[in-house]
Amino acid sequence: MSDTTTATNDSGARPRGRVALFVTCLVDLYRPEIGFAAVQLLERAGFVVEVPRQGCCGQPNFNSGDRAGAGKIASRVIDRFAPFDYVVAPSGSCAAMLRVHYPGLFSAGSEARRAAARLAEKTFELTSFLYDIAGLREVAAELDGVVTYHDGCSGLRELGVARQPRELLKSISGIELREMNQPDACCGFGGLFCMKYPEISERITGSKVRDILATDADYLVAGDLGCLLQMAGTLERNGHAVKAVHVAEVLAGMIGPDRSADH
Amino acid sequence: METTSRQFRQLSRHALEQATLQHSLDGVREIMPRIRAAALAERGDFDALCDRARDIRERTLRQLDSYLEAFERRVQAAGGTVHWAATGEEACRIVAQICRDAGAERLIKSKSMVTEEIELNAALERDGFTVTETDLGEYIIQLRGEKPSHILAPSLHVTLDEVAETFHQHHDIERSGPLTNATEMLAEARSIMRDKFLQADVGITGANFLVAETGAAVIVTNEGNADLTASLPDTHIVVTGIEKAVPTLDDVGVLLRVLARSAIGERLSNYTTFVHGPRRDGEASGPANYHVVLVDNGRSEMLGTEFQDMLRCIRCSACLNHCPVYTAIGGHAYGSVYSGPMGAVLTPAFAGLPAAAHLPNASTFCGRCEAVCPVRIPLPSLLRRWRQRELNARPVMDGQRFGLGLWRWLNHWPPAYSLAIRCAARVLRRLSVPGRGGQRWIRRLPLLGAAWTDCRDLPAPPGRTFQDEWRRRRS
Ligand code: SF4
Repeated sequence: MSDTTTATNDSGARPRGRVALFVTCLVDLYRPEIGFAAVQLLERAGFVVEVPRQGCCGQPNFNSGDRAGAGKIASRVIDRFAPFDYVVAPSGSCAAMLRVHYPGLFSAGSEARRAAARLAEKTFELTSFLYDIAGLREVAAELDGVVTYHDGCSGLRELGVARQPRELLKSISGIELREMNQPDACCGFGGLFCMKYPEISERITGSKVRDILATDADYLVAGDLGCLLQMAGTLERNGHAVKAVHVAEVLAGMIGPDRSADH
Repeated sequence: METTSRQFRQLSRHALEQATLQHSLDGVREIMPRIRAAALAERGDFDALCDRARDIRERTLRQLDSYLEAFERRVQAAGGTVHWAATGEEACRIVAQICRDAGAERLIKSKSMVTEEIELNAALERDGFTVTETDLGEYIIQLRGEKPSHILAPSLHVTLDEVAETFHQHHDIERSGPLTNATEMLAEARSIMRDKFLQADVGITGANFLVAETGAAVIVTNEGNADLTASLPDTHIVVTGIEKAVPTLDDVGVLLRVLARSAIGERLSNYTTFVHGPRRDGEASGPANYHVVLVDNGRSEMLGTEFQDMLRCIRCSACLNHCPVYTAIGGHAYGSVYSGPMGAVLTPAFAGLPAAAHLPNASTFCGRCEAVCPVRIPLPSLLRRWRQRELNARPVMDGQRFGLGLWRWLNHWPPAYSLAIRCAARVLRRLSVPGRGGQRWIRRLPLLGAAWTDCRDLPAPPGRTFQDEWRRRRS
């Protein structure tokens, strides 16, 4: 593939497979460091990571009722990512789009449906890939502080991501994981929802922030940048010092007092 | 069905400003998930039970007509009459006629969402009958001239002080004296209610299930008022939806178990009553006349469509209690007696999509409703289908259609996409200002972006996209 760049496996061992990073459009635009953190974690786990040219997974179209548009975008993604052993996304929501919703966009029995199903099978959210597929149980990172973990809705309920990020976070030396009340409650982001009904969204995030603050955590950790932008923006607007960081950044050891959150 | 769902925006803004409502909703958000979870934990097989509940409801809907006919035959054999109402108006007319035939003036009712849906009280009052709700919550909102704000706790939005105030306004104050706490208010309502029960000519109830095997109408309450409503007056009318049929008594056993746990975190509700028909020869009590009014009102049109799954609903309210949107704005904002996720699916079906277009859109798709639904209704998927219909009904030049079309196009042309994202990254960076700890923030965005920055700040992107930076570092 001419527009695909390849990284070498720096663990020295034989590579365990080729992973295509589905970086997600939000990470691409807002926080590239999350993408680099994901690459680092995957490479350390022994995989060769590639980044095919890519855009959005089509979720805004799908959730807005534009099935045809979502199908068009999905076909493109399926073509691009089909050649790899695995597709990994640092987002439960985008991974669930590929894994749970793509096949249903194509008519039953069609070749497109089969291709979507093949892609779905090898698509994973980052922490569940590291934990369930790569068998990772601990990461070499340090973080002196209290973190609280928010479950992104799609990752939790569509992919069953809950235990994996927590187990990996707990393996970090110096860290204390303190659960908030109802970590599984929605943060109020909801994709376009937060733009269409901003006041309702704000109220939902208000409850979430209350639960976050009650833990006295230094860091709010989540696996989805959409949720993080929403919660970080609300924490900042209301003058709270809790830092909102992505689980990949924490696991890759990119977060700490001496490492600025802004890159 | 009459709704004010078109005013969803205004209604939800209003709800967000009501401090006492917000306090009640906080209570729902905090307490209901906890008590439901505790009730589930007690039964290791709750998931399996829900699968059975779903299967029972699915099986019923596949042959709804034959189960309803079997139910009708059993009711007739017991001496009752079954009426079929295609619309809400027809149902109201049938009930009014039964009341007239009985020479009735005073009617009592127990809580029923179907009668709220068809606005039975208003119709009966127009016809000159006096109707009294006997469920405490329903009674309170009846006095206040309000609609239910929760399908199980209709007066959730009313504070204790407001209840006292309402009673003072409507009851004889001399006799009442000051009402300072819930116990006194309950005693007050009870003293009023006793006479109403004894004087009533007709009792109207809903039904949670209609058992095809036995002809029983199953009525579940927590206050026991339905039992008095069904047994004291000379005539008992059951008004309920056609989807309430259930094949057998065993099936009801499964549904009752998932209903109470999902609704109130209990093994069973306080009162579960099986009504079989009028008083039999030799029986000392019970009504002389027994009628069941089966209301369609849009339900059969959902059968065989992509919305059929919604007819499995047993009105447990778990989806409301676990919904971030419902617990932010309460039931009245939906402008429909059915609120929360189930209401957002049902209201467009009953009132038409144009009237209720906001409801399926006002969801974060967090999926908690589907996760807690005891009959496993895929609520987010159903909402998404409404969104699809709503989007397709919009004019071609509609802003949202244009935006989605543009996004699809950009995602098909990688160079255009890269350019757009690159531009966005730079522009957003430019708009940012320095904040704490070296992080840059965007405090205000123009145009559409204001919908974000009116409520929250936006972390600034570094200005270079991941894909560009990746290629730069790896080349
Ligand atoms: S949709 Fe499901 S959770 Fe909601 S009220 Fe109906 S049965 Fe209960």
